[in-house]
Amino acid sequence: MKIDKDLIMHGITDTTELETQIALRNFNFYYGKYHALRNINLDIFKRKVTAFIGPSGCGKSTLLRTLNRMYDLYPEQRAEGQLLLDGKNLLDKGVDLNALRAKVGMVFQKPTPFPMSIYDNIAFGVKLHERLSRVEMDERVEWSLRKAALWGEVSDKLHQSGMSLSGGQQQRLCIARGIAVKPEVLLLDEPTSALDPISTMRIEELVSELKDEFTIVIVTHNMQQAARVSDFTAYMYLGELIEVGRTDDIFIKPKDKRTEDYITGRFG
Amino acid sequence: MSSFLGLNRHRVGDWVFFNLTRLFALITLLLLLGIIISLIHGAMPAIHKFGFSFLWTGDWNPPAEQFGALIPIYGTLATSVVALVIAVPVSFGIALFLTELAPPWLRRPLGIAVELLAGIPSIVYGMWGLLVFAPLFAKYVQPLLAATLGNVPLIGVLFSGSALGIGILSAGIILAVMTIPFIASVMRDVFEVTPAMLKESAYGLGSTTWEVVWNVVLPYTKVGVVGGVMLGLGRALGETMAVTFLIGNMNFFNGFSLFLPGNSIASALANEFAEAESPVYTASLIELGLILFLITLVVLTFSKMLLLRLSAQEGKGT
Repeated sequence: MKIDKDLIMHGITDTTELETQIALRNFNFYYGKYHALRNINLDIFKRKVTAFIGPSGCGKSTLLRTLNRMYDLYPEQRAEGQLLLDGKNLLDKGVDLNALRAKVGMVFQKPTPFPMSIYDNIAFGVKLHERLSRVEMDERVEWSLRKAALWGEVSDKLHQSGMSLSGGQQQRLCIARGIAVKPEVLLLDEPTSALDPISTMRIEELVSELKDEFTIVIVTHNMQQAARVSDFTAYMYLGELIEVGRTDDIFIKPKDKRTEDYITGRFG
Repeated sequence: MSSFLGLNRHRVGDWVFFNLTRLFALITLLLLLGIIISLIHGAMPAIHKFGFSFLWTGDWNPPAEQFGALIPIYGTLATSVVALVIAVPVSFGIALFLTELAPPWLRRPLGIAVELLAGIPSIVYGMWGLLVFAPLFAKYVQPLLAATLGNVPLIGVLFSGSALGIGILSAGIILAVMTIPFIASVMRDVFEVTPAMLKESAYGLGSTTWEVVWNVVLPYTKVGVVGGVMLGLGRALGETMAVTFLIGNMNFFNGFSLFLPGNSIASALANEFAEAESPVYTASLIELGLILFLITLVVLTFSKMLLLRLSAQEGKGT
Protein backbone atom coordinates (compact mmCIF):
# COMPACT_ATOMS: atom_id res chain seq x y z
CA MET A 1 0.00 0.00 0.00
CA LYS A 2 1.24 3.45 -0.92
CA ILE A 3 1.89 5.90 1.84
CA ASP A 4 -0.72 8.61 2.09
CA LYS A 5 1.42 11.76 1.95
CA ASP A 6 -1.24 13.88 3.58
CA LEU A 7 -1.28 11.70 6.61
CA ILE A 8 2.40 11.19 7.15
CA MET A 9 2.60 11.82 10.78
CA HIS A 10 4.60 14.18 12.77
CA GLY A 11 8.17 14.22 11.81
CA ILE A 12 8.56 11.23 9.51
CA THR A 13 10.13 13.02 6.60
CA ASP A 14 12.17 10.29 4.99
CA THR A 15 9.68 7.75 3.71
CA THR A 16 11.93 5.80 1.38
CA GLU A 17 11.93 2.10 2.21
CA LEU A 18 8.69 2.50 4.08
CA GLU A 19 5.52 0.77 3.04
CA THR A 20 2.28 1.04 4.97
CA GLN A 21 0.82 -2.27 6.10
CA ILE A 22 -1.92 -1.06 8.40
CA ALA A 23 -3.51 2.37 8.28
CA LEU A 24 -6.03 3.79 10.71
CA ARG A 25 -8.07 6.74 9.52
CA ASN A 26 -10.46 8.69 11.76
CA PHE A 27 -10.67 5.59 13.88
CA ASN A 28 -12.91 5.58 16.95
CA PHE A 29 -13.63 2.81 19.40
CA TYR A 30 -16.34 2.40 22.01
CA TYR A 31 -16.89 0.13 25.01
CA GLY A 32 -20.64 0.47 25.13
CA LYS A 33 -21.08 4.22 25.59
CA TYR A 34 -17.51 4.86 26.69
CA HIS A 35 -15.49 6.47 23.93
CA ALA A 36 -12.16 4.66 24.38
CA LEU A 37 -10.21 5.67 21.28
CA ARG A 38 -10.64 9.09 19.75
CA ASN A 39 -10.00 9.85 16.12
CA ILE A 40 -6.83 7.85 15.64
CA ASN A 41 -4.79 8.38 12.46
CA LEU A 42 -1.79 6.14 12.26
CA ASP A 43 0.36 4.22 9.78
CA ILE A 44 2.03 0.94 10.72
CA PHE A 45 4.85 0.10 8.37
CA LYS A 46 5.69 -3.22 6.82
CA ARG A 47 8.52 -5.22 8.44
CA LYS A 48 9.09 -2.60 11.10
CA VAL A 49 8.48 -2.74 14.82
CA THR A 50 5.95 -0.21 16.04
CA ALA A 51 5.57 0.28 19.80
CA PHE A 52 2.53 1.71 21.54
CA ILE A 53 3.44 3.39 24.82
CA GLY A 54 1.47 5.39 27.35
CA PRO A 55 0.17 5.25 30.91
CA SER A 56 -2.30 2.55 32.04
CA GLY A 57 -5.76 3.02 30.61
CA CYS A 58 -4.57 5.18 27.71
CA GLY A 59 -6.02 2.76 25.16
CA LYS A 60 -2.85 1.20 23.78
CA SER A 61 -4.01 -2.39 24.37
CA THR A 62 -7.46 -1.49 23.10
CA LEU A 63 -5.92 -0.19 19.91
CA LEU A 64 -3.85 -3.33 19.48
CA ARG A 65 -6.89 -5.55 19.98
CA THR A 66 -8.77 -3.77 17.23
CA LEU A 67 -6.11 -4.71 14.68
CA ASN A 68 -7.28 -8.32 14.52
CA ARG A 69 -10.85 -7.42 15.48
CA MET A 70 -10.55 -9.39 18.71
CA TYR A 71 -13.17 -7.03 20.13
CA ASP A 72 -15.74 -8.78 17.93
CA LEU A 73 -16.05 -11.45 20.62
CA TYR A 74 -17.69 -8.88 22.86
CA PRO A 75 -21.00 -7.58 21.55
CA GLU A 76 -20.92 -4.26 23.43
CA GLN A 77 -17.66 -3.17 21.78
CA ARG A 78 -17.59 -1.47 18.39
CA ALA A 79 -15.33 0.49 16.10
CA GLU A 80 -15.92 3.29 13.60
CA GLY A 81 -13.78 4.81 10.89
CA GLN A 82 -11.30 3.02 8.70
CA LEU A 83 -8.91 0.24 9.60
CA LEU A 84 -7.01 -0.64 6.45
CA LEU A 85 -4.87 -3.75 6.10
CA ASP A 86 -3.05 -3.66 2.76
CA GLY A 87 -5.62 -1.14 1.63
CA LYS A 88 -8.68 -3.20 2.55
CA ASN A 89 -11.02 -1.86 5.21
CA LEU A 90 -11.31 -4.47 7.94
CA LEU A 91 -14.37 -2.83 9.42
CA ASP A 92 -16.43 -3.63 6.33
CA LYS A 93 -19.17 -6.18 6.67
CA GLY A 94 -18.32 -9.61 5.36
CA VAL A 95 -14.65 -9.58 6.32
CA ASP A 96 -13.61 -13.18 7.00
CA LEU A 97 -12.41 -12.95 10.59
CA ASN A 98 -10.76 -16.36 10.57
CA ALA A 99 -8.72 -15.47 7.51
CA LEU A 100 -7.91 -12.06 9.00
CA ARG A 101 -6.61 -13.63 12.17
CA ALA A 102 -4.46 -16.00 10.18
CA LYS A 103 -2.87 -12.89 8.69
CA VAL A 104 -2.62 -10.97 11.96
CA GLY A 105 -1.33 -13.11 14.81
CA MET A 106 -1.39 -12.17 18.47
CA VAL A 107 0.56 -12.90 21.66
CA PHE A 108 -0.82 -11.93 25.07
CA GLN A 109 0.42 -10.50 28.40
CA LYS A 110 0.59 -13.93 29.98
CA PRO A 111 1.69 -17.10 28.21
CA THR A 112 -1.37 -19.03 27.07
CA PRO A 113 -0.23 -22.49 25.99
CA PHE A 114 -3.14 -24.73 25.05
CA PRO A 115 -3.67 -27.84 27.17
CA MET A 116 -1.91 -30.12 24.68
CA SER A 117 1.62 -31.12 23.68
CA ILE A 118 4.22 -28.63 22.47
CA TYR A 119 3.95 -30.08 18.96
CA ASP A 120 0.15 -29.86 18.94
CA ASN A 121 0.23 -26.32 20.28
CA ILE A 122 2.03 -25.29 17.11
CA ALA A 123 0.17 -27.62 14.75
CA PHE A 124 -3.20 -26.43 16.07
CA GLY A 125 -3.21 -23.09 14.29
CA VAL A 126 -1.60 -24.46 11.13
CA LYS A 127 -4.26 -27.15 10.80
CA LEU A 128 -6.98 -24.50 10.85
CA HIS A 129 -5.78 -23.00 7.60
CA GLU A 130 -3.66 -25.53 5.73
CA ARG A 131 -3.62 -29.22 5.00
CA LEU A 132 -0.08 -30.43 5.46
CA SER A 133 1.37 -33.90 5.30
CA ARG A 134 2.98 -35.30 8.42
CA VAL A 135 6.46 -34.48 7.10
CA GLU A 136 5.50 -30.94 6.10
CA MET A 137 3.91 -30.39 9.51
CA ASP A 138 7.05 -31.66 11.25
CA GLU A 139 9.06 -29.20 9.19
CA ARG A 140 6.69 -26.34 9.96
CA VAL A 141 6.81 -27.06 13.69
CA GLU A 142 10.60 -27.14 13.64
CA TRP A 143 10.77 -23.99 11.49
CA SER A 144 8.57 -21.97 13.82
CA LEU A 145 10.25 -23.26 16.98
CA ARG A 146 13.63 -22.32 15.51
CA LYS A 147 12.32 -18.88 14.58
CA ALA A 148 11.10 -18.45 18.13
CA ALA A 149 14.51 -19.54 19.48
CA LEU A 150 12.94 -22.42 21.35
CA TRP A 151 13.92 -25.43 19.23
CA GLY A 152 17.12 -26.21 21.10
CA GLU A 153 15.29 -26.37 24.42
CA VAL A 154 12.33 -28.48 23.37
CA SER A 155 13.40 -30.57 20.36
CA ASP A 156 13.69 -33.69 22.51
CA LYS A 157 10.33 -33.25 24.26
CA LEU A 158 7.90 -32.13 21.59
CA HIS A 159 5.25 -34.49 22.88
CA GLN A 160 5.28 -33.22 26.43
CA SER A 161 2.63 -30.81 27.57
CA GLY A 162 3.09 -27.16 26.62
CA MET A 163 2.09 -26.33 30.18
CA SER A 164 5.21 -28.05 31.54
CA LEU A 165 7.55 -25.36 30.15
CA SER A 166 8.81 -22.37 32.13
CA GLY A 167 7.05 -19.01 31.76
CA GLY A 168 9.60 -17.61 29.32
CA GLN A 169 9.57 -20.79 27.26
CA GLN A 170 5.77 -20.79 27.22
CA GLN A 171 5.76 -17.25 25.88
CA ARG A 172 8.21 -18.19 23.13
CA LEU A 173 5.97 -21.20 22.41
CA CYS A 174 3.08 -18.78 21.97
CA ILE A 175 5.17 -16.69 19.59
CA ALA A 176 6.13 -19.83 17.68
CA ARG A 177 2.47 -20.79 17.54
CA GLY A 178 1.65 -17.36 16.16
CA ILE A 179 4.29 -17.39 13.44
CA ALA A 180 3.64 -21.01 12.44
CA VAL A 181 0.49 -19.80 10.67
CA LYS A 182 2.78 -17.49 8.63
CA PRO A 183 0.98 -14.25 9.38
CA GLU A 184 2.06 -10.90 7.99
CA VAL A 185 1.54 -9.00 11.21
CA LEU A 186 2.32 -10.05 14.75
CA LEU A 187 0.62 -8.23 17.61
CA LEU A 188 2.40 -8.44 20.97
CA ASP A 189 0.35 -7.25 23.94
CA GLU A 190 2.88 -6.57 26.72
CA PRO A 191 4.53 -9.91 25.95
CA THR A 192 7.14 -9.67 28.70
CA SER A 193 5.08 -8.26 31.56
CA ALA A 194 4.88 -11.66 33.26
CA LEU A 195 8.48 -12.67 32.61
CA ASP A 196 11.81 -12.43 34.41
CA PRO A 197 14.58 -10.16 33.04
CA ILE A 198 16.46 -12.92 31.21
CA SER A 199 13.34 -14.22 29.48
CA THR A 200 12.44 -10.62 28.67
CA MET A 201 15.81 -10.11 27.03
CA ARG A 202 15.36 -13.23 24.91
CA ILE A 203 11.92 -12.11 23.73
CA GLU A 204 13.35 -8.68 22.83
CA GLU A 205 16.15 -10.28 20.81
CA LEU A 206 13.54 -12.41 19.14
CA VAL A 207 11.47 -9.37 18.16
CA SER A 208 14.52 -7.82 16.50
CA GLU A 209 15.08 -11.00 14.48
CA LEU A 210 11.46 -11.48 13.52
CA LYS A 211 11.04 -8.03 12.03
CA ASP A 212 12.92 -9.16 8.92
CA GLU A 213 9.85 -11.21 8.04
CA PHE A 214 6.92 -9.83 9.99
CA THR A 215 5.34 -6.50 10.74
CA ILE A 216 5.36 -6.27 14.51
CA VAL A 217 3.24 -4.12 16.77
CA ILE A 218 4.14 -4.24 20.45
CA VAL A 219 2.34 -2.71 23.40
CA THR A 220 4.62 -2.09 26.34
CA HIS A 221 4.60 -0.46 29.75
CA ASN A 222 8.31 -0.33 29.67
CA MET A 223 9.74 2.69 27.84
CA GLN A 224 13.25 1.25 27.74
CA GLN A 225 11.81 -1.76 25.99
CA ALA A 226 10.12 0.43 23.40
CA ALA A 227 13.39 2.29 22.88
CA ARG A 228 15.32 -0.97 22.53
CA VAL A 229 13.13 -2.93 20.16
CA SER A 230 11.04 -0.55 18.09
CA ASP A 231 11.59 1.46 14.90
CA PHE A 232 8.53 3.60 15.44
CA THR A 233 6.84 4.66 18.63
CA ALA A 234 3.33 5.93 19.19
CA TYR A 235 2.56 7.72 22.44
CA MET A 236 -1.05 7.52 23.57
CA TYR A 237 -2.84 9.34 26.34
CA LEU A 238 -6.52 9.20 27.39
CA GLY A 239 -7.61 7.47 24.21
CA GLU A 240 -5.82 9.84 21.89
CA LEU A 241 -2.75 9.37 19.80
CA ILE A 242 -0.55 12.23 20.96
CA GLU A 243 2.54 11.68 18.88
CA VAL A 244 4.06 9.10 16.59
CA GLY A 245 7.39 9.02 14.85
CA ARG A 246 10.71 7.26 14.56
CA THR A 247 11.63 5.90 17.95
CA ASP A 248 14.87 7.90 18.11
CA ASP A 249 13.04 11.13 17.43
CA ILE A 250 10.32 10.42 19.97
CA PHE A 251 12.79 9.64 22.70
CA ILE A 252 15.40 12.29 21.90
CA LYS A 253 13.37 15.25 20.74
CA PRO A 254 9.64 14.75 21.27
CA LYS A 255 7.54 17.49 19.77
CA ASP A 256 4.66 17.36 22.19
CA LYS A 257 5.07 18.53 25.76
CA ARG A 258 2.91 15.60 27.01
CA THR A 259 5.17 13.04 25.33
CA GLU A 260 8.21 14.69 26.83
CA ASP A 261 6.67 14.64 30.31
CA TYR A 262 5.91 10.95 29.99
CA ILE A 263 9.23 9.75 28.63
CA THR A 264 11.23 11.84 31.07
CA GLY A 265 9.25 10.25 33.87
CA ARG A 266 7.59 13.41 35.07
CA PHE A 267 4.29 11.57 35.10
CA GLY A 268 2.75 8.22 34.24
CA MET B 1 7.08 -11.47 74.79
CA SER B 2 3.49 -10.49 74.19
CA SER B 3 3.76 -11.62 70.58
CA PHE B 4 4.79 -15.08 71.77
CA LEU B 5 1.74 -15.24 74.02
CA GLY B 6 -0.38 -14.23 71.05
CA LEU B 7 1.10 -17.05 69.04
CA ASN B 8 0.29 -19.52 71.81
CA ARG B 9 -3.30 -18.44 71.82
CA HIS B 10 -3.41 -18.94 68.08
CA ARG B 11 -1.86 -22.36 68.45
CA VAL B 12 -4.67 -23.56 70.71
CA GLY B 13 -7.24 -22.19 68.29
CA ASP B 14 -5.48 -23.84 65.37
CA TRP B 15 -5.32 -27.13 67.24
CA VAL B 16 -9.05 -27.08 68.00
CA PHE B 17 -9.91 -26.03 64.46
CA PHE B 18 -7.65 -28.63 62.88
CA ASN B 19 -9.07 -31.46 64.94
CA LEU B 20 -12.66 -30.32 64.49
CA THR B 21 -12.38 -30.26 60.70
CA ARG B 22 -10.51 -33.57 60.76
CA LEU B 23 -13.32 -35.05 62.82
CA PHE B 24 -15.91 -33.95 60.28
CA ALA B 25 -13.88 -35.41 57.45
CA LEU B 26 -13.43 -38.69 59.32
CA ILE B 27 -17.17 -38.92 60.04
CA THR B 28 -17.91 -39.16 56.31
CA LEU B 29 -15.38 -41.95 55.99
CA LEU B 30 -16.86 -43.79 58.98
CA LEU B 31 -20.38 -43.38 57.60
CA LEU B 32 -19.28 -44.81 54.27
CA LEU B 33 -17.66 -47.79 55.95
CA GLY B 34 -20.69 -48.27 58.19
CA ILE B 35 -23.06 -48.36 55.24
CA ILE B 36 -20.90 -50.85 53.35
CA ILE B 37 -20.61 -53.11 56.38
CA SER B 38 -24.32 -53.03 57.15
CA LEU B 39 -25.19 -53.69 53.50
CA ILE B 40 -22.87 -56.69 53.38
CA HIS B 41 -24.20 -57.91 56.72
CA GLY B 42 -27.83 -57.54 55.60
CA ALA B 43 -27.15 -59.26 52.30
CA MET B 44 -25.38 -62.26 53.92
CA PRO B 45 -28.31 -64.73 53.70
CA ALA B 46 -28.66 -64.09 49.97
CA ILE B 47 -24.90 -64.17 49.40
CA HIS B 48 -24.75 -67.52 51.20
CA LYS B 49 -27.63 -68.98 49.25
CA PHE B 50 -26.84 -67.80 45.73
CA GLY B 51 -23.15 -66.90 45.77
CA PHE B 52 -21.82 -65.04 42.76
CA SER B 53 -24.45 -66.55 40.47
CA PHE B 54 -26.78 -63.89 41.92
CA LEU B 55 -25.07 -61.47 39.54
CA TRP B 56 -25.85 -63.30 36.30
CA THR B 57 -29.07 -65.13 37.10
CA GLY B 58 -32.06 -63.55 35.41
CA ASP B 59 -34.66 -65.38 37.46
CA TRP B 60 -36.48 -63.22 40.04
CA ASN B 61 -39.18 -65.41 41.56
CA PRO B 62 -40.24 -64.44 45.09
CA PRO B 63 -42.75 -67.32 45.65
CA ALA B 64 -40.05 -69.86 44.83
CA GLU B 65 -37.46 -67.85 46.80
CA GLN B 66 -35.28 -67.78 43.73
CA PHE B 67 -33.49 -64.50 43.13
CA GLY B 68 -31.03 -63.21 40.51
CA ALA B 69 -29.99 -59.64 39.89
CA LEU B 70 -29.35 -59.69 36.16
CA ILE B 71 -32.61 -58.01 35.05
CA PRO B 72 -32.37 -55.02 37.43
CA ILE B 73 -28.63 -54.64 36.75
CA TYR B 74 -29.29 -54.64 33.01
CA GLY B 75 -32.17 -52.18 33.43
CA THR B 76 -30.13 -49.82 35.60
CA LEU B 77 -27.20 -49.80 33.18
CA ALA B 78 -29.35 -49.61 30.03
CA THR B 79 -31.47 -46.68 31.25
CA SER B 80 -28.36 -44.83 32.43
CA VAL B 81 -26.56 -45.37 29.14
CA VAL B 82 -29.60 -44.14 27.20
CA ALA B 83 -29.78 -41.13 29.52
CA LEU B 84 -26.11 -40.23 29.03
CA VAL B 85 -26.14 -40.78 25.27
CA ILE B 86 -28.88 -38.16 25.07
CA ALA B 87 -27.92 -35.88 27.94
CA VAL B 88 -24.19 -35.39 27.32
CA PRO B 89 -24.37 -33.93 23.80
CA VAL B 90 -27.45 -31.86 24.64
CA SER B 91 -25.83 -30.50 27.80
CA PHE B 92 -22.65 -29.70 25.88
CA GLY B 93 -24.73 -27.78 23.37
CA ILE B 94 -26.56 -25.90 26.13
CA ALA B 95 -23.32 -25.01 27.90
CA LEU B 96 -21.65 -23.95 24.65
CA PHE B 97 -24.61 -21.77 23.71
CA LEU B 98 -24.83 -20.19 27.14
CA THR B 99 -21.14 -19.36 27.40
CA GLU B 100 -20.10 -18.56 23.84
CA LEU B 101 -23.04 -17.87 21.57
CA ALA B 102 -26.04 -16.51 23.45
CA PRO B 103 -26.54 -12.74 23.52
CA PRO B 104 -25.96 -11.42 27.07
CA TRP B 105 -29.64 -10.64 27.75
CA LEU B 106 -30.58 -14.27 27.09
CA ARG B 107 -27.85 -15.87 29.19
CA ARG B 108 -29.31 -15.29 32.63
CA PRO B 109 -32.92 -16.30 31.94
CA LEU B 110 -31.82 -19.43 30.08
CA GLY B 111 -29.27 -20.34 32.74
CA ILE B 112 -31.88 -19.95 35.45
CA ALA B 113 -34.37 -22.06 33.48
CA VAL B 114 -31.83 -24.87 33.22
CA GLU B 115 -31.16 -24.68 36.96
CA LEU B 116 -34.88 -24.67 37.77
CA LEU B 117 -35.25 -27.87 35.79
CA ALA B 118 -32.95 -29.46 38.37
CA GLY B 119 -35.27 -28.39 41.17
CA ILE B 120 -38.33 -30.28 39.96
CA PRO B 121 -38.96 -33.26 42.28
CA SER B 122 -38.46 -36.62 40.60
CA ILE B 123 -42.00 -37.76 41.43
CA VAL B 124 -43.27 -34.93 39.23
CA TYR B 125 -41.06 -36.11 36.40
CA GLY B 126 -42.42 -39.62 36.94
CA MET B 127 -46.06 -38.56 36.84
CA TRP B 128 -45.54 -36.27 33.88
CA GLY B 129 -43.62 -39.05 32.14
CA LEU B 130 -46.32 -41.64 32.69
CA LEU B 131 -49.38 -39.49 32.02
CA VAL B 132 -48.17 -37.07 29.34
CA PHE B 133 -44.90 -38.21 27.84
CA ALA B 134 -45.47 -41.98 27.52
CA PRO B 135 -48.75 -41.83 25.49
CA LEU B 136 -47.30 -39.25 23.10
CA PHE B 137 -44.08 -41.23 22.87
CA ALA B 138 -45.97 -44.43 22.03
CA LYS B 139 -48.18 -42.74 19.48
CA TYR B 140 -45.66 -40.66 17.55
CA VAL B 141 -42.04 -41.28 18.44
CA GLN B 142 -41.77 -45.04 18.82
CA PRO B 143 -43.34 -45.86 15.41
CA LEU B 144 -40.98 -43.32 13.87
CA LEU B 145 -37.94 -44.84 15.60
CA ALA B 146 -39.00 -48.35 14.62
CA ALA B 147 -39.41 -47.27 11.00
CA THR B 148 -36.03 -45.54 10.84
CA LEU B 149 -33.41 -46.69 13.35
CA GLY B 150 -35.23 -50.03 13.61
CA ASN B 151 -34.06 -50.92 10.12
CA VAL B 152 -30.39 -50.20 10.74
CA PRO B 153 -28.30 -53.37 11.05
CA LEU B 154 -26.98 -54.23 14.54
CA ILE B 155 -28.73 -51.41 16.42
CA GLY B 156 -32.08 -52.13 14.74
CA VAL B 157 -32.93 -54.74 17.34
CA LEU B 158 -32.86 -52.02 20.03
CA PHE B 159 -35.77 -50.22 18.38
CA SER B 160 -38.08 -53.09 17.56
CA GLY B 161 -41.26 -54.46 19.09
CA SER B 162 -44.56 -52.96 20.04
CA ALA B 163 -44.88 -49.32 21.06
CA LEU B 164 -45.97 -49.44 24.67
CA GLY B 165 -44.89 -45.98 25.74
CA ILE B 166 -43.32 -47.25 28.91
CA GLY B 167 -40.09 -49.23 28.93
CA ILE B 168 -36.34 -48.86 29.15
CA LEU B 169 -36.10 -46.23 26.42
CA SER B 170 -38.81 -44.03 27.95
CA ALA B 171 -37.22 -44.29 31.38
CA GLY B 172 -33.85 -43.43 29.84
CA ILE B 173 -35.25 -40.36 28.10
CA ILE B 174 -36.87 -39.06 31.29
CA LEU B 175 -33.57 -39.71 33.07
CA ALA B 176 -31.85 -37.68 30.36
CA VAL B 177 -34.21 -34.76 30.98
CA MET B 178 -33.49 -35.04 34.70
CA THR B 179 -29.71 -35.19 34.34
CA ILE B 180 -29.35 -32.47 31.69
CA PRO B 181 -29.65 -29.58 34.19
CA PHE B 182 -26.86 -31.06 36.34
CA ILE B 183 -24.49 -31.80 33.50
CA ALA B 184 -25.28 -28.58 31.63
CA SER B 185 -24.84 -26.30 34.61
CA VAL B 186 -21.55 -27.92 35.64
CA MET B 187 -20.30 -27.69 32.05
CA ARG B 188 -21.39 -24.05 31.83
CA ASP B 189 -19.64 -23.21 35.11
CA VAL B 190 -16.36 -24.81 34.07
CA PHE B 191 -16.52 -23.31 30.57
CA GLU B 192 -16.96 -19.91 32.18
CA VAL B 193 -13.80 -20.20 34.26
CA THR B 194 -11.67 -20.84 31.18
CA PRO B 195 -9.41 -17.75 31.02
CA ALA B 196 -10.61 -15.27 28.40
CA MET B 197 -7.02 -14.89 27.24
CA LEU B 198 -6.74 -18.61 26.45
CA LYS B 199 -9.90 -18.48 24.35
CA GLU B 200 -8.72 -15.28 22.68
CA SER B 201 -5.43 -16.97 21.83
CA ALA B 202 -7.33 -19.65 19.97
CA TYR B 203 -9.63 -17.14 18.30
CA GLY B 204 -6.51 -15.11 17.52
CA LEU B 205 -5.16 -17.96 15.40
CA GLY B 206 -8.32 -17.90 13.34
CA SER B 207 -10.37 -20.60 15.05
CA THR B 208 -14.13 -20.75 14.81
CA THR B 209 -16.19 -20.89 18.00
CA TRP B 210 -16.58 -24.64 17.57
CA GLU B 211 -12.83 -25.15 17.16
CA VAL B 212 -12.12 -23.03 20.24
CA VAL B 213 -14.59 -24.93 22.40
CA TRP B 214 -13.80 -28.39 21.09
CA ASN B 215 -9.99 -28.11 20.94
CA VAL B 216 -9.15 -25.68 23.72
CA VAL B 217 -11.99 -25.13 26.19
CA LEU B 218 -12.98 -28.78 26.45
CA PRO B 219 -9.44 -30.11 27.04
CA TYR B 220 -8.82 -27.28 29.51
CA THR B 221 -11.97 -28.11 31.49
CA LYS B 222 -11.98 -31.88 31.04
CA VAL B 223 -11.77 -32.64 34.76
CA GLY B 224 -14.84 -30.54 35.43
CA VAL B 225 -16.71 -31.89 32.42
CA VAL B 226 -16.06 -35.51 33.36
CA GLY B 227 -17.08 -34.59 36.92
CA GLY B 228 -20.35 -33.14 35.64
CA VAL B 229 -21.07 -36.23 33.54
CA MET B 230 -20.35 -38.44 36.55
CA LEU B 231 -22.69 -36.34 38.66
CA GLY B 232 -25.39 -36.90 36.06
CA LEU B 233 -24.58 -40.60 35.82
CA GLY B 234 -24.75 -40.90 39.59
CA ARG B 235 -28.20 -39.39 39.53
CA ALA B 236 -29.30 -41.64 36.66
CA LEU B 237 -28.05 -44.82 38.33
CA GLY B 238 -29.77 -44.11 41.63
CA GLU B 239 -32.93 -42.38 40.41
CA THR B 240 -35.96 -44.21 41.80
CA MET B 241 -39.37 -42.58 41.49
CA ALA B 242 -39.34 -41.38 37.88
CA VAL B 243 -37.88 -44.67 36.70
CA THR B 244 -40.41 -46.71 38.66
CA PHE B 245 -43.22 -44.88 36.90
CA LEU B 246 -41.82 -45.46 33.45
CA ILE B 247 -39.72 -48.58 33.29
CA GLY B 248 -42.61 -51.04 33.52
CA ASN B 249 -41.27 -53.03 36.48
CA MET B 250 -41.02 -56.28 34.57
CA ASN B 251 -38.69 -58.92 35.97
CA PHE B 252 -38.40 -61.01 32.82
CA PHE B 253 -35.94 -60.70 30.02
CA ASN B 254 -37.69 -60.72 26.65
CA GLY B 255 -34.97 -59.37 24.38
CA PHE B 256 -32.67 -56.44 23.89
CA SER B 257 -35.26 -54.04 22.49
CA LEU B 258 -35.28 -50.77 24.39
CA PHE B 259 -39.03 -50.57 23.82
CA LEU B 260 -39.56 -53.46 26.25
CA PRO B 261 -40.37 -52.91 29.90
CA GLY B 262 -37.68 -53.87 32.38
CA ASN B 263 -36.67 -53.10 35.92
CA SER B 264 -33.92 -51.13 37.61
CA ILE B 265 -32.24 -51.79 40.92
CA ALA B 266 -33.60 -48.66 42.55
CA SER B 267 -37.17 -49.20 41.40
CA ALA B 268 -37.08 -52.90 42.36
CA LEU B 269 -36.07 -51.83 45.87
CA ALA B 270 -38.78 -49.18 46.07
CA ASN B 271 -41.50 -51.48 44.81
CA GLU B 272 -40.69 -54.67 46.62
CA PHE B 273 -39.21 -53.79 49.99
CA ALA B 274 -42.63 -53.44 51.62
CA GLU B 275 -43.78 -56.85 50.46
CA ALA B 276 -40.57 -58.75 51.11
CA GLU B 277 -41.42 -61.14 53.92
CA SER B 278 -38.97 -63.99 53.83
CA PRO B 279 -35.42 -63.26 55.07
CA VAL B 280 -33.92 -64.38 51.77
CA TYR B 281 -36.14 -61.95 49.85
CA THR B 282 -35.11 -59.05 52.09
CA ALA B 283 -31.46 -60.08 51.90
CA SER B 284 -31.65 -60.29 48.12
CA LEU B 285 -33.00 -56.76 47.95
CA ILE B 286 -30.23 -55.53 50.25
CA GLU B 287 -27.73 -57.27 48.03
CA LEU B 288 -29.22 -55.36 45.08
CA GLY B 289 -28.52 -52.17 47.02
CA LEU B 290 -24.95 -53.32 47.59
CA ILE B 291 -24.57 -54.00 43.86
CA LEU B 292 -25.85 -50.49 43.03
CA PHE B 293 -23.29 -49.11 45.44
CA LEU B 294 -20.53 -51.13 43.79
CA ILE B 295 -21.63 -50.05 40.29
CA THR B 296 -21.32 -46.42 41.37
CA LEU B 297 -17.89 -47.18 42.81
CA VAL B 298 -16.76 -48.83 39.57
CA VAL B 299 -18.08 -45.88 37.55
CA LEU B 300 -16.14 -43.43 39.73
CA THR B 301 -12.96 -45.47 39.44
CA PHE B 302 -13.44 -45.69 35.71
CA SER B 303 -13.81 -41.94 35.41
CA LYS B 304 -10.61 -41.39 37.41
CA MET B 305 -8.79 -43.75 35.05
CA LEU B 306 -10.26 -41.92 32.08
CA LEU B 307 -8.90 -38.63 33.42
CA LEU B 308 -5.47 -40.15 33.95
CA ARG B 309 -5.44 -41.43 30.38
CA LEU B 310 -6.54 -38.04 29.06
CA SER B 311 -3.75 -36.24 30.85
CA ALA B 312 -1.28 -38.85 29.57
CA GLN B 313 -2.39 -38.05 26.02
CA GLU B 314 -1.95 -34.35 26.57
CA GLY B 315 1.69 -34.93 27.41
CA LYS B 316 3.74 -35.82 30.43
CA GLY B 317 4.63 -33.44 33.19
CA THR B 318 1.23 -32.00 34.00
